[in-house]
Amino acid sequence: MSEKKIKRRDFLFTATTAVGAVGAAAVVWPMIDQMNPDASVKALASTEVDVSSLTPGNTLTVLWRGKPVFIRRRTQDEIDEARAVKMEDLIHPEKDEDRAQNPEWLVMLGVCTHLGCVPLNDKGDYNGWFCPCHGSHYDTSGRIRKGPAPWNMEVPKYEFVNANTIKIG
Amino acid sequence: MSEHDYRPKSKVGQWFNDRLPLLTLANHLTDYPTPKNLNYWWTFGGILTFCLITQIVTGLTLAMHYIAHADMAFESVEHIMRDVNYGWLIRYIHANGASMFFLAVYIHIFRSLFYGSYKSPREIIWILGIIIYLLMMAAAFMGYVLPWGQMSFWGATVITNLFSAIPLVGEGIVTWLWGGYSVDNPTLTRFFTLHYLIPFLILGLVVLHIWALHVPGNNNPVGIDIKKPSKDTVPFHPYIVIKDGFALLMFMIVFAFFVFYAPNILGHADNYIEANPMVTPAHIVPEWYLLPFYAILRSVPDKLLGVVAMLSAILILAVLPWLDTSKIRSAVFRPLYRQFYWILVADVLILGYVGAMPAEGLYLLIARVATAYYFLHFLVILPVLGFKEKTLPVPLSITEPVLAGSPNLAAARNKESKLE
Repeated sequence: MSEKKIKRRDFLFTATTAVGAVGAAAVVWPMIDQMNPDASVKALASTEVDVSSLTPGNTLTVLWRGKPVFIRRRTQDEIDEARAVKMEDLIHPEKDEDRAQNPEWLVMLGVCTHLGCVPLNDKGDYNGWFCPCHGSHYDTSGRIRKGPAPWNMEVPKYEFVNANTIKIG
Repeated sequence: MSEHDYRPKSKVGQWFNDRLPLLTLANHLTDYPTPKNLNYWWTFGGILTFCLITQIVTGLTLAMHYIAHADMAFESVEHIMRDVNYGWLIRYIHANGASMFFLAVYIHIFRSLFYGSYKSPREIIWILGIIIYLLMMAAAFMGYVLPWGQMSFWGATVITNLFSAIPLVGEGIVTWLWGGYSVDNPTLTRFFTLHYLIPFLILGLVVLHIWALHVPGNNNPVGIDIKKPSKDTVPFHPYIVIKDGFALLMFMIVFAFFVFYAPNILGHADNYIEANPMVTPAHIVPEWYLLPFYAILRSVPDKLLGVVAMLSAILILAVLPWLDTSKIRSAVFRPLYRQFYWILVADVLILGYVGAMPAEGLYLLIARVATAYYFLHFLVILPVLGFKEKTLPVPLSITEPVLAGSPNLAAARNKESKLE
């Protein structure tokens, strides 16, 4: 009895368990995946914004995928300030040139990378944005400079459809 | 009478009980031998049962009028407040009931901490309690989201974003939780579903909590093992039922005060503004019962470590029975622990206070010191104290201190030491 020999019964036991586990996983996955963004949510993936009325030094906030997007028409001072920053001084080093293809226009998600609040315009120690929830300061390029947020505000995929229209997404 | 030889008096009762021994269970619950020295800190178990049932009943009735949809939720809550017969009353009981539930649970937890109720052989009762507490926090958080006000929306955003601190999969988990790219209608409907489910999970766990309690029986203010039934016990009914009932009435006075005289004092005015994904309120704070943990989250300057610290602050309680190395249960006989206990109480209250204040300057410094002390208490002070502390002599029975000075006492002590 105590002999450790693989029997037909052991094989059946292992095979049944394995098939059962695969079956259970196949049933569980749809139950989990149903919570992911559905087709109607994904369909709202892009939005077009008319920015002709925006003057330098002002910010337009639009809703894209339920999140605010800041479109900032920067002044020359702001651009100079953003470009003069040394990479060593940044928590999340990114060149302003890489964040704003057209230096006058900064387009980014208006979502603090700490816990998702909306930072306030023209506030904070770096003349950019300040998040009121937990005190993160962003510079004129939307880069994190001080506070608990780990990353710069995210730049989404966008393009100028024409001189006055930005397509986000 | 012991439960084993219980037999219903009537023939019908016997017939029924032989097939489903519900009457045996009822007899066990009424005759259940209880330490006769239980003080009013022991009445919060009954009060908590009352709170749970209140939340379930008022929640069910609110669900008959509430609409879980991002476009209609806020209005449907106003509809409950203005149009539904007694809707204001039911909603205020439910909203303040959550606060009362936490008030009672905190007293219940701190009673356990003082009298060592979490120690062997009651570890499972304690861990079940911690799970219930975690589920309560989840239910309260999701319930707070349902009115779809500004605090609902931004509270949901901040709390769900805690998961984004998880490396690699964090962002995916948050999107999955939201069912979109931000807190929106899919988030609201699933929160409503879970908010409806969790109280019943809690109810099931409460049954296990009480079941586990009835195996070793109640701890007591002296913290010693007692024989049951014995001279040290009284039957649950009527002695404890009356005491619990009186305490419950006192508790309901406090409850009624909030419901009728200050129904919004524990809430935030911002939540009477409909959710707006474009504007974050200037000052986001969670409900008062979560403030100490919020303070711990904010006191750590790193996002991931802040979340880890906050979760650890709760989960550390689950291993408390093994962190506390002292064999003596009750703080009555632990002169040093008693002092550290009150320092911990003050520490948690301070954390709660700074959690409500802006996270800057002196407040942040205080939060950091208090957070460090919180962990120090559980990870260093408690384990060391068990070895270093000189405890006071523990009586042999609940009756003994009453007999102090009587010759019987010396005789009893003598007898006990011979037996050992």
